Amino acid sequence: MLALARWLSETAASGFLRERDWLIPLLQTIHIIAIATVLSSVLMIDLRVLRLARAQSQSIADAVGRFAAWIWGGLIVLALSGAPLIVAEPRRTLPNPMFQIKLTLLALAVAATIALLTCLRRNAGFREVSVKASGAARLLAVVTLALWCAVAVAGRFIAYTQPA
Amino acid sequence: MDRLIPLLDWLEHTPLAVAIAQSTWAFPAIETVHVIALTLTIGTVLILDLRLLGLASLQHPYVAIRRDVQPWTWAAFGFAVVSGSLMFISQASEYFANTAFRIKLVLLALAGLNMLSFELIIRRRAAACEKGSAPWPGRIAALLSLVFWIAIVFFGRRIGFTMGPGEN
Repeated sequence: MLALARWLSETAASGFLRERDWLIPLLQTIHIIAIATVLSSVLMIDLRVLRLARAQSQSIADAVGRFAAWIWGGLIVLALSGAPLIVAEPRRTLPNPMFQIKLTLLALAVAATIALLTCLRRNAGFREVSVKASGAARLLAVVTLALWCAVAVAGRFIAYTQPA
Repeated sequence: MDRLIPLLDWLEHTPLAVAIAQSTWAFPAIETVHVIALTLTIGTVLILDLRLLGLASLQHPYVAIRRDVQPWTWAAFGFAVVSGSLMFISQASEYFANTAFRIKLVLLALAGLNMLSFELIIRRRAAACEKGSAPWPGRIAALLSLVFWIAIVFFGRRIGFTMGPGEN
C-alpha cells in the first residue's frame, strides 16, 4: 500500500492536482455536496420509515421512489470526486488507518441501505400511506443513518490521523 | 474593522475558546459535527430548490415538501451555527483576517437575503405550483440558493487550506 501510495504521488496526474491550490478544495466541495445528497436522501427515507416526518401524506413506496435514486447517484459522484482526491494526496489516504476504516464503514453502509430498501419493497403495505414499517425496517433505518454519519465522521478524521 | 480587534482578542481568551484551542480532540470533534450539520442543511435545501426548479419530486406539492423538510433544515443549520461559532472563537482573530472566511460570511448573508426575499415576495406565487416547476421568480431564487450554498462549502473548505499551520 505504501509503495502504491509512493508511486501514485509521483505520477503527473498527482502533481497536476496538487499544483493548483483551488483544485483540491473544489473536489472536496463536490464530494461534500454529494455527501449532502446521500445523507439527506437516507434521512428522508428513514424519517418516513420511523414516522418522524411531520406530514405523513406519502407512502413508503413514494419516499423510496423519490430518494433511492439520489442515494446511488450521489454515491457515483462521491466515487468520481473521491478518486482524484486519493491520486492528489495518496500518502495522506491510502496508508491511513482512518481511510481504511472509512472504506469498511462505507461497505457496511451500502449493504445496510440495500438491505433496508429490499426489506421495504417486500413489505406488502409498501404502497399504502397508513401502513407502518416492520420492526426490521425500523431497525435498519436507524442503522443506515448511523452508518452513513459514521462514514462522514471517519472521512473528516482522515485529516487528523497520521498515516501508518 | 480595527475596533473589532479587542472583541476578537477577548473571544479567543474566554475559557471555552482556550479549552478548544488547547485540546487535541475538541476541534476535530466540533468540525465533524459541523460537517454532518452542514451536509444535512444543504441536502434538505437542495430538495426544496430542485422541487422549485422542477427537477425532482414533481408529483408532490411544494407546500407539502416544505412542511416535511424545513424543520430539519433549521435544526441542522442551528447545529452548524453553534459548531461553527465554537471553531471561530478558538482562533477568532485568525479567522477574521482570513479572506476565504470573510467571503463565506458574505455568501451566508446573501443566501439569507435570497431566502428572505423569496419568503416575502415570491413564496405565495411559488406555493401555488401543485405540479411542475415554480414560476420564474421562484426558479431564480432556487438557482441562486444552489449557487450560494455550493460557494459557501467551497470557501468553507478553502479556510482550512489558507489558515496557518493545521490540518485540512
